Amino acid sequence: MIRLNNINKSYVMGSNSLHVLKGIDLQIEQGDFVSIMGSSGSGKSTLLNILGMLDNYDSGTYHLSGNLIQNMSEKKAAKYRNDLVGFIFQSFNLISFKNAMENVALPLYYKGVPRKKRNQIALEYLEKLGLKDWANHMPNEMSGGQKQRVAIARALISQPKIILADEPTGALDSATSYEVMDILKKVNDDGITVIIVTHEHDIAAMTNQIIRLKDGLIHEIIRNGELKQFQKEYTHGLEAAQIPSYV
Amino acid sequence: MFDLDLWSEIISALKKNRMRSFMTAFGVFWGIFMLIVMSGAGKALENGVLDGVRAFATNSAFFWTERTSVPYEGFQRGRRWNYETSDIDYIRDNVKEVEYLSPRLFGNQQAGNNTIRGERAGAFNVYGDYPDYFKIDRWTPAKGRLINDIDMLQERKVCNIGERVVEVMFGKDEDPIGQYLKISGVYFQVVGVIHAETRINIGGGKKEETIIIPFSTMRKAYNYGNRVYFFSVTSKPGTKVSDLEEKLKTLLKERHKIAPDDQQAIGSFNIEKEFVKFNALFLGIQGLTWIVGIGTLLAGVIGVSNIMLVIIKERTQEIGIQRAIGATPATVIKHIVAESVFLTVMAGYIGLSLGVGVLEILNQILLRGGDKLFFRNPEINLTMALSALAVLVIAGIIAGLIPAKRAVSIKPIDAIRDE
Repeated sequence: MIRLNNINKSYVMGSNSLHVLKGIDLQIEQGDFVSIMGSSGSGKSTLLNILGMLDNYDSGTYHLSGNLIQNMSEKKAAKYRNDLVGFIFQSFNLISFKNAMENVALPLYYKGVPRKKRNQIALEYLEKLGLKDWANHMPNEMSGGQKQRVAIARALISQPKIILADEPTGALDSATSYEVMDILKKVNDDGITVIIVTHEHDIAAMTNQIIRLKDGLIHEIIRNGELKQFQKEYTHGLEAAQIPSYV
Repeated sequence: MFDLDLWSEIISALKKNRMRSFMTAFGVFWGIFMLIVMSGAGKALENGVLDGVRAFATNSAFFWTERTSVPYEGFQRGRRWNYETSDIDYIRDNVKEVEYLSPRLFGNQQAGNNTIRGERAGAFNVYGDYPDYFKIDRWTPAKGRLINDIDMLQERKVCNIGERVVEVMFGKDEDPIGQYLKISGVYFQVVGVIHAETRINIGGGKKEETIIIPFSTMRKAYNYGNRVYFFSVTSKPGTKVSDLEEKLKTLLKERHKIAPDDQQAIGSFNIEKEFVKFNALFLGIQGLTWIVGIGTLLAGVIGVSNIMLVIIKERTQEIGIQRAIGATPATVIKHIVAESVFLTVMAGYIGLSLGVGVLEILNQILLRGGDKLFFRNPEINLTMALSALAVLVIAGIIAGLIPAKRAVSIKPIDAIRDE
C-alpha cells in the first residue's frame, strides 16, 4: 500500500537548512491502523503531509498503491488526494461558511457528483456518525467533537483507501478523544488504512502499530503484540517523570 | 456550458460571506454610480446651455453705436451718432456677403409703464424690427402670426407680444389676438403671441417681456426719422461672420465720418466668437468629467483590489482545505474568478441602473423647473458606462486571481497553515 524508501526532507529558511526527515524507510499495508509518535520537531507531521501529498520530499521514493508519487502536477495530485486519501486535521479545517452537510459533500463536488446526490450521500455519512440532526448547522455552532466527526465524515465520503489524521484528538477533551478514536477504529474495521499522528500515548495505544520518530529517523516500531509492554513502560516512565513535581 | 452546480456553489459562497461580498460589490457599485451621475450632470449642463443658444443663427453679428473716442474730420471726440436708414440699402447693395440684415429701433423705455390696456399697465421692451429678425434670433408664434413683410410695407400698427406681456395685459380667459394695446400713446393690434427659442438676449431685459412692432411703423409713429439704433446681420454660407463684422465696421465708419482707428464708436458682437467660447467651455467640462470619472473609477478599482487582497488570508486557508480534499487548481481559479465576475457585474449593473434612475428623477425635477434652467436632459454615454464597467470587472478578476494564484502555487499544507 504505502512504501517509503529513504525519504529525505529539509526545510530551507534563508541560509539555514533544517533537515527534518533523514531517510525514512517504511511500509504500511492495506488495513493497518498506525500511529506516528515523536517529540516536537521529530518530523511526524511532515511525514504525514508527505504521505498525503500535501507536501513534497527531497529525495527517496514514495509509492502509493503502486504509483510513484514524485514531481506530479498539482492536478494529478488533487485527483490522487480526492480518490485515495481522506484528511482529518487537529483544527478540523471545515469551510466556515458551509454547513455540516455541505462540508461533508464537498469532496464529491470535486468529483463531479450532482448536488442532490452528494447531499444525500453526505446525510448518510452524517447519520453514521450520529450527526444527522446537525446537518444544517454551521461549523461555529458545533462542539469540537462534533466538528471532528463532520471532518471524519468528509474524509470518508470519497471512500478513500487511507485516512490521514494529524493530531485528530489534539483539540478535544479525553472523553471526546476516545469517541473519535472509536470511530476511527470502526473505519479501520471496514478495511481502510488509518494513519494518525499523535503525541498522546493513550491515543497511540489504541492503534495496532506505533511508529516512533526521533530526530528525523524511525526510532522504533511497536507492533500489536508489544503494545501492552509499551503501555506498561510508558506508565512507569510517566510516574517516574511525575514524582519530582510532587516532592 | 451553464454549470448549475458551479453557480449554486458560487452564490452560496457569496451569500455566506455577506460582508466581503457587500464591500466588494459596493466598491464597484459606487464607482459606476458616481461615474453615471457625474457624466449625466455634465451632459445636462451642456444640453441646458446649448439648448438655449442652438436655435440662434451662429453666423450672426450685431452692431450698435457708442460715443466717438477719436476726433475726426472736424468732429470732436465724444460725439453721439446713429446709423441711418440709408445704411440699410447701401449694405444690401454693396456687401454681397450679407445674408439677412435687420435694423432695429428701441421704443421709449424710460417712461415707466409704457403699455396700457384699460386698467392694466406694464413696462415692456418695445422694439421696431424687420421680419428678417426672426430668422436670426428664432421666435415662434405660440398664437397668431409673426410680423411680416406686408406689415412692414403698409406700416401697419400691429405687434407681437411675449408671454409675460400676455400675463400682465390680459385676463386668464382672454384671447389677446385682435385686441389692442396702447404702446407709448399709440394703439397697436396684437397679431401674435411669440415664444423665444433661445435665451441669447440682445438688448437687455427679459425675452418674455418683449413687444415687437414693424420697423417702418415705429419709425413713422414715433418720429424716429432716418435713425437706426441697431443692426443684426448674418453672413452667407462660406463667409466667416468675424470677417463680415470687420468689413461692415470699416464701411460704417467711412459713411459716418468716424476715425478708422476709433475702437469705441461702433459697438459690435458676433455669436460665432461666443460659440467658440462655449465650445471651449464644454470641452473643459467634458475633460473634467473624464478626469473625475477616471479618478472615481480608479478609486473603485483600488477599493475592489484592496478588499480582495484583504481576504487573501482567509481565502488561502480555505483554498488549502479545498485542495486537500481534492480541488484541482483549475477548479479553484474558476470558482474565484467566476465569483468576482459575478459580483462585479451584478454590482456594476445595479450601479448603472440606480445611476440612470437618479438622472431620470433629476430630469423630472428639471422638467418641472421649465425653460429657465441652464440644466436639462441629463444623458449618459452608454459606451463610457459599459467600458467603465469592463474596467472594474477586469480589476475584479485580477484582484480575485492574485490570492487564487498564490494559494494554488504554494504547497497545500502551507496554504492550510497560512496564518
